[in-house]
Amino acid sequence: MNVTSTPAPLTTAPETSPVLVFRNVTISFDGPPVLEDISFSVGPHETRILLGPAGVGKSVLLKLSNGLDCPDLGTIELFGENIASLPESRMFPLRTRTGMVFQEGALFDSLSVRDNVAYQLIQESVPDDEIDARVREALRFVGLEETFDLFPGALSGGMRRRVAIARALIRRPELLLYDSPTGGLDPITSTNIIELIVKQRDVYKTPSVLVTHRLQDAFTMCSHRFDAARDGMVPLAEHETDPNTTFLMLNEGKLIFDGSLHELVHSQDPFVREFLE
Amino acid sequence: MAFETIDRTAKQTLLTIQEYSLFAHRAVMNLFSRPIYWVDFLLQAEIIGVGSTAIVLLAGFFTGAVLAVQSAATLASFGATAVTGRFVSLSMIRELGPVLTGIMVSGRNASSMASELGSMVVTEQIDAMRALGVDPMRKLVTPRLVATVTMLFFLTIISDFFGILGGAGVTIFMNGQNGTQYFSQAYENLHARDVMQGLIKPLFSGFIIATIGCFYGLRTTGGTQGVGRSTIQAVVSASVLIIFVDLLVSQVMIALLNR
Repeated sequence: MNVTSTPAPLTTAPETSPVLVFRNVTISFDGPPVLEDISFSVGPHETRILLGPAGVGKSVLLKLSNGLDCPDLGTIELFGENIASLPESRMFPLRTRTGMVFQEGALFDSLSVRDNVAYQLIQESVPDDEIDARVREALRFVGLEETFDLFPGALSGGMRRRVAIARALIRRPELLLYDSPTGGLDPITSTNIIELIVKQRDVYKTPSVLVTHRLQDAFTMCSHRFDAARDGMVPLAEHETDPNTTFLMLNEGKLIFDGSLHELVHSQDPFVREFLE
Repeated sequence: MAFETIDRTAKQTLLTIQEYSLFAHRAVMNLFSRPIYWVDFLLQAEIIGVGSTAIVLLAGFFTGAVLAVQSAATLASFGATAVTGRFVSLSMIRELGPVLTGIMVSGRNASSMASELGSMVVTEQIDAMRALGVDPMRKLVTPRLVATVTMLFFLTIISDFFGILGGAGVTIFMNGQNGTQYFSQAYENLHARDVMQGLIKPLFSGFIIATIGCFYGLRTTGGTQGVGRSTIQAVVSASVLIIFVDLLVSQVMIALLNR
């Protein structure tokens, strides 16, 4: 495994209210609704895995979560603030509290890895020495410290995703959004990425929403924990699952499942059964 | 069916004009609140200004030269070859310098803005920027707008200067006329109002190039093919608008300055 360091856990005051709440959200783009009447919430320290076939609106849901798209109907509360009708200018401060990993990484190809990871810090005029130290720490977390001076064009697909994760983590966000972080990657690289996400979940305990259509990734996240002593991901005991990792499933724009892994595998919904099988 | 198509196209055109107006308004209003990305402005000024100097210089020089070639033959039939300098300098400063510079820079920079921003849209870099809490309008559009307006002003002066020089080259070395006469004609008949007319135009052209290039770039859809489409739309729209606005500005300036 490429994961090499374990930073100290972030100490934050205990929170009880959800960080993200969707209430009856509907959105369409010049046609029938892409998402219809979606309601769910993400609690503190909770990881929600969003499953569904390709093109069902998973990425749209993720973009709605931090106001990159606006819903036609319903409300979305991010950190207690309704962002459904918030003007773009007021969204920027809220977005700095979230971290988002895009499907293909979405790294700025004209900037070095250092400048990509430090993007937010550079905008905030953080001193260069501090930027370098924090970028190295974030890159060490994803096992890519040696890429500090490289440009995204010189990185493989898996490395780009890991740099994107480092970029999302550098400001210790209060909510993480992963858009198919393992899409299009080989199984070994996918496992490395999932290990990073599990590490992030268990070390920083940041609430997150992870979009994927790969069941294997979802089950790995549920059935493994990060072992700091071994500096790697280890399986949980048999029949044991991570209680803070739960599932959502979309089909034809509607949320058809919201529950634990146990409930998912015992669901009688024909689509859920077909998807799992 | 035909009526529906016309109706849909008209609505689409109006919607595009409305979106462009709001876009341009936001790009300008960003100058009056923080943050303003001055480093990006300098970077863009270097790309747009310094990078375009060679093509503007050459285009200006050869335009001045060809003006002298064409005018000399016509003026000779009236026995007025002595006013070639006046003809070239007035044509370059009032009209050809600003318009040609605008079109050259439009071809070079409106296309580069549209394709660069369009590529960023289709690779989700714009969404990533927004997700990182940075406003792409402030970071990408406003610095390009200020840089283009500023640099086009100076590029037009360069174009005018080299146009007159090109005319001088033809007049002196090809037509065998007196250089002093050419330059004195070029200078003495030039008024502040002519210079003002010529230097107001690049402000409009610069605004058009930057806002059109960025507008089409940021509304790119449809992957790499969409980037190509946006680039073409940006160059075509900017070039046509530059000539159209040049006509309007010329009319207004002639009415206002009585020249």
